[in-house]
Amino acid sequence: MRENVSFKLNDKSISLTVDSERMLLWVLRSDLGLTGTKYGCGEGLCGACTVLVDKRAVRSCRIAVRDVKAKEVLTIEGLAKNGKLHPIQEAFVKADALQCGFCTPGMILDAYSLLSENPQPTLAEIIQNMDYNLCRCGAHTRIIQAIQSAANEMKGVEQR
Amino acid sequence: MKEDEYTDIDFSDITTSSHLSRREFLKSLGGGIIVFFTVGDSSLLEAQRRRREYPEDFNAYLRIGQDGRVACFTGKIEMGQGVITSLAQMLADEIDVALESVDMVMGDTSVCPWDRGTFGSLTTRFFGPPLRAAAAEARAVLKELAAEYLQIPSGRLITKDGVIFDKNRREKQVTYAQLAKGKIIERHAKEKPALKTVSEFNIIGKPALRRDALEKVTGKAKYAGDIRLPGMLYARILRPPAHGAKLKNIDTSAVEKMEGVRLVRDGDLIAVLHKNPDEAEDALAKIKAQFDVPEAQVDDENIFEHLLNNAPRGKVADRGGDIASGEKLADAAVEETYLNSYVAHAPIEPHTALAKIEGNKATVWASTQTPFPLKDQITEVLGFASENVRVITGFVGGGFGGKSRSLQAVEAVRLAKLTGKPVQVAWSRAEEFFYDTFRPAAVVKIKSGITNSGKIIFWDYGVYFAGERGSQLFYDVPHHLTATFGARRGASPDPHPFSTGPWRAPANNTNTFARESQIDIMASKADMDPLEFRLRNLKDERMLRVLKAAGGKFGWAPSKAPSGRGFGIACGIDSGSYVAIMAEVEVDKKKGHVQVKRVVCAQDMGLVINPEGAKLQVEGCVTMGLGYALTEEVHFKGGRILDLNFNTYELPRFSWVPKIETVLIKAEDSPAQGGGEPPIICMGGVIANAIYDAVGVRLFQLPMTPERVKEAVASRARSAVLTT
Ligand code: FES
Ligand code: FES
Repeated sequence: MRENVSFKLNDKSISLTVDSERMLLWVLRSDLGLTGTKYGCGEGLCGACTVLVDKRAVRSCRIAVRDVKAKEVLTIEGLAKNGKLHPIQEAFVKADALQCGFCTPGMILDAYSLLSENPQPTLAEIIQNMDYNLCRCGAHTRIIQAIQSAANEMKGVEQR
Repeated sequence: MKEDEYTDIDFSDITTSSHLSRREFLKSLGGGIIVFFTVGDSSLLEAQRRRREYPEDFNAYLRIGQDGRVACFTGKIEMGQGVITSLAQMLADEIDVALESVDMVMGDTSVCPWDRGTFGSLTTRFFGPPLRAAAAEARAVLKELAAEYLQIPSGRLITKDGVIFDKNRREKQVTYAQLAKGKIIERHAKEKPALKTVSEFNIIGKPALRRDALEKVTGKAKYAGDIRLPGMLYARILRPPAHGAKLKNIDTSAVEKMEGVRLVRDGDLIAVLHKNPDEAEDALAKIKAQFDVPEAQVDDENIFEHLLNNAPRGKVADRGGDIASGEKLADAAVEETYLNSYVAHAPIEPHTALAKIEGNKATVWASTQTPFPLKDQITEVLGFASENVRVITGFVGGGFGGKSRSLQAVEAVRLAKLTGKPVQVAWSRAEEFFYDTFRPAAVVKIKSGITNSGKIIFWDYGVYFAGERGSQLFYDVPHHLTATFGARRGASPDPHPFSTGPWRAPANNTNTFARESQIDIMASKADMDPLEFRLRNLKDERMLRVLKAAGGKFGWAPSKAPSGRGFGIACGIDSGSYVAIMAEVEVDKKKGHVQVKRVVCAQDMGLVINPEGAKLQVEGCVTMGLGYALTEEVHFKGGRILDLNFNTYELPRFSWVPKIETVLIKAEDSPAQGGGEPPIICMGGVIANAIYDAVGVRLFQLPMTPERVKEAVASRARSAVLTT
């Protein structure tokens, strides 16, 4: 159904008239031009399309725009503030936690969601949380290191 | 490869004449100091000559711009393997500028000279040395200019960080930017350049972080699917349910009435287009089509028999001594057959392209490993003049060989022509699986023998349809024969029910799995520790060195297999690099599940340009290799591909990943070799050998799925009952 949908996107209020049953992924990528959110499988199996909805990681290929009405959506483009990388982004750069980079936005946002729920996760908890994000290049080892060092870096610092 | 680089070089300037004069070409680059160089053999130059768009005597170049920045123009692409960093390191070091002052302009057919493609771990090996030579030449030119400018003999000049100064009086200096200003200087790299020696390196050999990381962690990096043009349409294309299927009838009436949807039919190409990709997808679902599907002849079970039945005569790849004499000398012989299934590339970014056609000019953004061959293909499809077709490759979201073919771009171009609009074709995951050029299913048959003293005396090796790479024996065996039956590609008739193609270290995964399994079986027959057995049968110093290095790091204590520890070894050679891998696994006998706990990889890759990047590639290979070793196989029935997403086709996950330790052998005096592929070749063999060491069962087929492991354990238990 075509209707007006309003929500917060990367800290700005927006309002769109769209078929509200369309998946958020496509509205972000084509209507709004936010291409940092990637398509990898379309069925919730890879995590490349992950965004944050009210700070929780959500597969944007599986959530309709109408389900984010009045919520806060954060995509990878909105994570760095005033040109300053978020500590998780920083940690990914420093740990070389990426190769082709196609899984990276989803990995970072899933890690963000984990650390906001559980600021000091154990290795097993990191693995469990990230297990449904696929990386074909095999950057896994470094991604885990990056999440660990981001957790340390953010210790005691209030989440933005 | 930043977005604005797509546009900052005016397309029309560069390609108006069918054969650019040197002067025009230099001017089109914006002047500065330009050094041309040649990469690869003369056939590459010949290929460029035929296209007549560039001056003819080089196929790569670098430029020191008026701003002092150094740019390298190359047809190579970055798909995760890290050459955007390692090539820049070589260039920066040799020319003496900071790494940050180097720009890599890659994979754009209008500004980069002709290149065959990015694959085979060739970039560092074959592009690196001439690039360094060109950089050395550029530095020499700068010094000459500086000597004149400063009125100081060039012997007294020092170059550092883009500045040249008098070694006696530091304040007497001039920058590269000042020297390049207002000049158009053209040079060629020398055949015997004065390169820096290892002790003079400042950047080569030092770890460097990925230079594309910032763009990639912020979502700014542009892949082909991220380019947006005004008025562009997204296409979804009607696909057959199986390879070889023929369209019987079609009803598009439901789509014709849909608002905003364009239907295109051009021979075999039936597509719907919309300004949103998901709405195009919805429209496609409304088309009713029936296909005639040919009856399935082969499937994932009987394919190996089919391959053997269709194998052409063998070609001898390598031989020494005489097998019959070897057989007579052997005290024990082993004869086994090894199988591996089709494997998908499955990059997380599916094949994607955007095509724009204006008048007689076409611009195509494509995720491809082969921008120039793709350009040729598009030129032919459109019938345009070659200089009017431009292929731009942004970042590529993983290739692994699968993006050597780029059908999606041809589809996009055809649709752009038919609709008069820019058109994006982005394959769905299902299309990606369906049209993948799989790593071929293959069979290896080996008969080999040993003497009582634990020496391999003969080796009779035949590989079917995998290909030759990695089949040559490096063990020291007096009587040996290696034959290949059916090439990896181009066998006629093609025995495969769908396309196959190169997959990260083509053929070598198959060959190394078979060889290293057979070696271990012989070690058991000889009652020897598998490492000791290998050391006894090797003379190759480099291989001995990596095996010993891996053993040291791993803490390998000799024991006959099965020791119950779950330790395995495998070694091999690929892309000029030597690798040895040791692994520890845990096998759940009831469930058949194999967990790899620890992996040590020792690699001799000659001079290491970026140790951090090299380690990253080792880890990538080890992790990706877990997939073809343990779960990855394409299920199919005839031309019907049964795996269409990651629910049934299982890629390695975080919970599978072992602790990975890498030892890079110090070999800086030998030339740099490939790093993006070698370690992956060992993963099948090392895990097979470790499983045997853990539970005493031998697996002869890849992948070693829980079902196959369980079955092997059960059948061993059955035969144990029979013999007691
Ligand atoms: S694209 Fe959404 S999970 Fe893969
Ligand atoms: S870095 Fe390529 S898929 Fe993860």
